[in-house]
Amino acid sequence: MSAGGERILIRGGRIVDPASGFDERGDLAIADGRVAGVVRAPEGFAPDRVLEAAGLVVCPGLVDLAARLREPGHEHKGTVASETRAAAAGGVTTLCCPPDTDPVIDTPAVVELVRRLARGAGHARVVCLGALTRGLDGERLSEMAALAEAGCVGVGNGRRPVPNTLVLRRAMEYAATFGLTVHIHPMDAWLRDGGCAHEGAVAARLGLPGIPEAAETAEVARCLALVEQTGVRAHFGRVSTARAVRMIARARYDGLPVTADVAAAHLHLTEADLAGFNAEAHLEPPLRTERDREGLREGLARGVLAAVCSDHEPHEPDAKLAPFPSTEVGASGLETLLPLVLRLVDEGVLTLPQAIERLTAGPAAVLGLEAGTLAEGARADVCVFDPAAEWRLDPERMVSAGRNTPFAGWTLKGRVRWTLLEGRVVWEAD
Amino acid sequence: MSGASLQVDERGRLRHFLTVEGLGRELLTEILDTAESFAGVTEQTVKKVPLLRGKTIVNLFFEASTRTRTTFELAAKRLSADVLNINVSASATTKGETLLDTLRNLEAMHVDMFVVRHADSGAAHFIARHVRPHVSVVNAGDGRHAHPTQALLDAFTIRRRKGRFEDLVVAIVGDILHSRVARSQIHALNTLGTGEVRVVAPRTLLPAHVEDLGVHVFHRMEDGLREADVVIMLRLQKERMRGAHLPSEHEYFRLYGLTEERLGLARPDAIVMHPGPINRGIELESRVADGPRSVILEQVEHGIAVRMAIMSMTMRTAQGGAA
Repeated sequence: MSAGGERILIRGGRIVDPASGFDERGDLAIADGRVAGVVRAPEGFAPDRVLEAAGLVVCPGLVDLAARLREPGHEHKGTVASETRAAAAGGVTTLCCPPDTDPVIDTPAVVELVRRLARGAGHARVVCLGALTRGLDGERLSEMAALAEAGCVGVGNGRRPVPNTLVLRRAMEYAATFGLTVHIHPMDAWLRDGGCAHEGAVAARLGLPGIPEAAETAEVARCLALVEQTGVRAHFGRVSTARAVRMIARARYDGLPVTADVAAAHLHLTEADLAGFNAEAHLEPPLRTERDREGLREGLARGVLAAVCSDHEPHEPDAKLAPFPSTEVGASGLETLLPLVLRLVDEGVLTLPQAIERLTAGPAAVLGLEAGTLAEGARADVCVFDPAAEWRLDPERMVSAGRNTPFAGWTLKGRVRWTLLEGRVVWEAD
Repeated sequence: MSGASLQVDERGRLRHFLTVEGLGRELLTEILDTAESFAGVTEQTVKKVPLLRGKTIVNLFFEASTRTRTTFELAAKRLSADVLNINVSASATTKGETLLDTLRNLEAMHVDMFVVRHADSGAAHFIARHVRPHVSVVNAGDGRHAHPTQALLDAFTIRRRKGRFEDLVVAIVGDILHSRVARSQIHALNTLGTGEVRVVAPRTLLPAHVEDLGVHVFHRMEDGLREADVVIMLRLQKERMRGAHLPSEHEYFRLYGLTEERLGLARPDAIVMHPGPINRGIELESRVADGPRSVILEQVEHGIAVRMAIMSMTMRTAQGGAA
């Protein structure tokens, strides 16, 4: 089927489009892969297909700032095809792939490879972050201009450090030359040492090597000083401490061009979830304290944190079958992203439009993408979900190749009914 | 919370022995009482009881150890079990065999109990979660997390010497941060109702929120020793100097080394303990180590009886109360 060939009418849903400040019941008309009409279909619109959305929410397809698809390099954990299908199941239509694939995304060829795989699969749009340094070695600049031309939406060093502050400064200056946003994983490698859990009461008890709060705040402080010096646009990915949120809030207040996001798991779990050496809760950055979780929620509500991401990291079962410190970090998160953010609406942290904004327009703005909106003429990336549907998360029924989740057995609320990518239904729940 | 339900069966009996945390006072007392009954065995000319005859126990050590492995081996032999010592060097595991594969291979040989030492915190829990139902796991030290048999033999030694825990002041001195021994001792002493448990160390050798474990924190040795009934010195690893935890052994001994003079601040009948192996002139001077108040060699001796108690109790539970 040619892209956008079908005319679709999504009828009678609650249309929530935070980008245009829109929240009304009505119809959404889609033609030629774009939004043709909001609330009322254009005169004489004859749909090929009608999706009945009474009682459902119709919002822009979600934009995810961090999802590892494992291809190229780690296909035993997942592939672009398997993980973009999980994205579609989770209502995610655009996702951003960090550069730490194997080979690293430090040449246009790898960008092209990922894009071609994604286009071939057709479940979701994949954009890439390019490597900040060649091979992520933290020492030599990557060919950022070429990466920008190849379509990278920003540059970053994955989770690998750039120990030399002069190299980091030059990398930021060079990125700024081409208008590239630098994505930062705020973690000081030395303070992190061999840590695998938040340095606090739980790690003390379990004897797990700790990662102190200062591993995050020290790196945020170093980067903020360089942002001020270089004027580069910077994005702090996966903030985990309340103190870092306050530092970023202050920097934004001072007018620095910085944004930040948080992973969905960190808005719900804490260090206490490591009890019994639960390897599913072995995440990076580590789950921190109750106070940090509250600080993250508050930062999200106030807009200091512009986005919630899945921080999707699918693994094969063996990756988690070892003593806690030897297990691999991360959780498969694409399919729990929406319900975990909706849970914050139930808990009174966010309004529904705010929740949707942090999953759509917020992250789209960080990436500078034309996505995350249902304005007339916009690309018809749409998520239609039932906000009242409750379901129990059974890892065996996940779409992702990775069944590693700390939320197994949780009763979640909010289920995706349809996902549309450029006017095409790419996911339909049975 | 950390493993209590995993190591105790529905009737409250010891199924595995992974950590002291979460075990009740009654159960710890039962272990000490059982050990007391075995202490007699080790003093007889025929030092054997047939409790575990026909059982196979594997000492599965992923980290080097002489003392702990030897006392486990002796304990098993005195219970008439067959013992297999397996030292899995780091290189063998990096060749690709996972911990689970190693375990499955040994299980296929019809092992009844694993005594495990591993560099990762949580390793014993992990193994206990994956063994067959009738197999018991005893933790012989996992990372920085726990060394519960050491803690129990220390408690046994204290009870034999002092006869009680209620009004005792126990000072644990040294590298608490990296010490699985200290963590288990703190849980054991608190559960047994010890009057006051203190830790004495510079801040670089204390974990964050250490006071949440139920201890009073001292940075000055002189303050920490005052009126103490029991002084437990921990081993200081040489690596701590490289990791910038300490400037030098010299300064450590000057500030935290146990000398005769400092020991004078403790109660006149205070005893000195050490899990071994000791570093003379770093943690304590020889006059103290070999002095009348040192019970360091008694600890080693008691290790056998305490491990016999724990092995027989867990095995009895795991295999249906027959023994």
